[in-house]
Amino acid sequence: MGGSPVFSNFSQALLELFISSLWETIVMVGISGLVGALIGIPLGVFLRLTDEGGVLRNAGVNRVVGGLVNAVRSTPFIILLVAIIPLTRFLTGSSIGTAAAVVPLTIAAAPFIARLVEASLREVDHGLIEAAQAMGATTRQIVLKVLLPEALPGIVAGLTITFVSLTGYSAMAGAIGGGGLGDLGIRYGYQRFLPEVMLAVVLVLILFVQAVQSLGDWAVRRLSHK
Amino acid sequence: MIELKGIFQTYQGPTGPVEALRGVDLHIQPGEVYGIIGRSGAGKSSLVRVINLLNRPSAGRVVVGGRELTSLNGDALRVARRDIGIIFQHFNLLSSRTVYGNVALPLEIAGLPAAEIQARVGPLLELVGLSALADRYPAQISGGQKQRVGIARALANRPKVLLSDEATSALDPETTRSILGLLRQINKEFGLTIVLITHQMQVIKQVADRVAVIDAGRIVESGPVIDVFTRPQHETTRSLIAEIVPQDLPDSVLARIRTLMSAEHPEQGHDGRLLRLAFAGDESDRPLLSEVIRRFGIDLSIVHGQVDEIQGKPFGSLAVFARGAREQLSAAVAHLRGAGVHVDEVGGDLNGGLASVQ
Repeated sequence: MGGSPVFSNFSQALLELFISSLWETIVMVGISGLVGALIGIPLGVFLRLTDEGGVLRNAGVNRVVGGLVNAVRSTPFIILLVAIIPLTRFLTGSSIGTAAAVVPLTIAAAPFIARLVEASLREVDHGLIEAAQAMGATTRQIVLKVLLPEALPGIVAGLTITFVSLTGYSAMAGAIGGGGLGDLGIRYGYQRFLPEVMLAVVLVLILFVQAVQSLGDWAVRRLSHK
Repeated sequence: MIELKGIFQTYQGPTGPVEALRGVDLHIQPGEVYGIIGRSGAGKSSLVRVINLLNRPSAGRVVVGGRELTSLNGDALRVARRDIGIIFQHFNLLSSRTVYGNVALPLEIAGLPAAEIQARVGPLLELVGLSALADRYPAQISGGQKQRVGIARALANRPKVLLSDEATSALDPETTRSILGLLRQINKEFGLTIVLITHQMQVIKQVADRVAVIDAGRIVESGPVIDVFTRPQHETTRSLIAEIVPQDLPDSVLARIRTLMSAEHPEQGHDGRLLRLAFAGDESDRPLLSEVIRRFGIDLSIVHGQVDEIQGKPFGSLAVFARGAREQLSAAVAHLRGAGVHVDEVGGDLNGGLASVQ
């Protein structure tokens, strides 16, 4: 590796560490994003339906659920990470490691996705809902045949934002031994004074985020017929 | 087919309760095209949404096809709504679905099997002339084509009634004509009852059989279109009709008549009168003007006017300046009235008359 003085400290072991860290990041972001979407999308639909102008208008319920969502969203992630350790231990059997980091990441992602989904659904013209009601559609049909398909490009754009944000959050997972690229950068680049490791981590993360964003943009373009 | 009885609708506005509808009664016959016209804010949109109960009235009964909708709830109401198609000003098509998919939507909602849906959508697209565009998305077609998709979609469940909420207001005159032509064709072919909400008299004139004029949440006038056009009773009706049949003489015409009259010195017992003649139907085929000229020895000059037709029946409005012996003029007016022409005196006699014209 003599040709590149900056990366001359990159031993075989470090390279392997790099790959396993990248994999940990992908696992943490991927799983928490997907599970977060499974929770967040229905939650967002629920918020939209019960809100003013929704088909199941219910101000009381909307305020309670909305308040809960806001509470989770306003808790700093690093605090959330340690505050829910009992829950994490209950769900994964351990409070440390990559699997354990997925739990707080998911809990942070779900309300974030819920709000993004709610905002996308709000963009769907009320006239379309009216048209569906005039056809005799049930609430379930309005959601599945009108609201979600019409909001899909917006929802996918929201999920892309979520995946990018989760990539940033996952760097903090090192605090509970979650691993990942961010953790690698802190432990090797910062604590062991290996600035080139830090630089490499940042470069890989930039490429990673770029890839996620491009994939998301491509999907939105494919889905949108406006 | 449609009966509205004592419909009141109040909703909560930003500055307190707003009474959108204040005691509307309507009776719409099966197979007719019924127009409801009014200015914006008159309650038209509230009214059309009461018919399919998208708006539940605060008071009153809605009966469509013999079924009282106001007594229905939940599933029963949803099923009843399938008998009432609706088209909208802004089309309200799903951007995520193709033309085909949009027309299939009400059938999916009704729970029809896929094969049945396929069998129905094709002929509907053919009916509205869009078979070639089945795979396009709404963003890829024109406004008129979008409304055709809207019409095909509204007809998919084979409704008894079609509601049209300002369906041509976002379209240019040419496209409006072709969409209205299509609605007329559907009305004739399937005997479908159509309720047309609009603010354009042109629309009423082209397709409606009967019309109701709505103002401030009340029906202020209703009847066969030709009657309402030729003999409008209410101020709102008159101003709406004025858009296509001028109800007042232009100032330039009045000025011309004034010069005409001041230039003349009528003989004793002679008079000049400015008359507005409104006629409709068969009397317009008679040579009435030459009749009165010959029989009563008066002079007539046509100073302003318009002749048009509503549903194949001619109707017109002429302003004529009549001069002659006073008693002959009165006899001529009586003769015209006797022949079914509606005569309004615009001026009065020569001396005092034009003062009131000014």
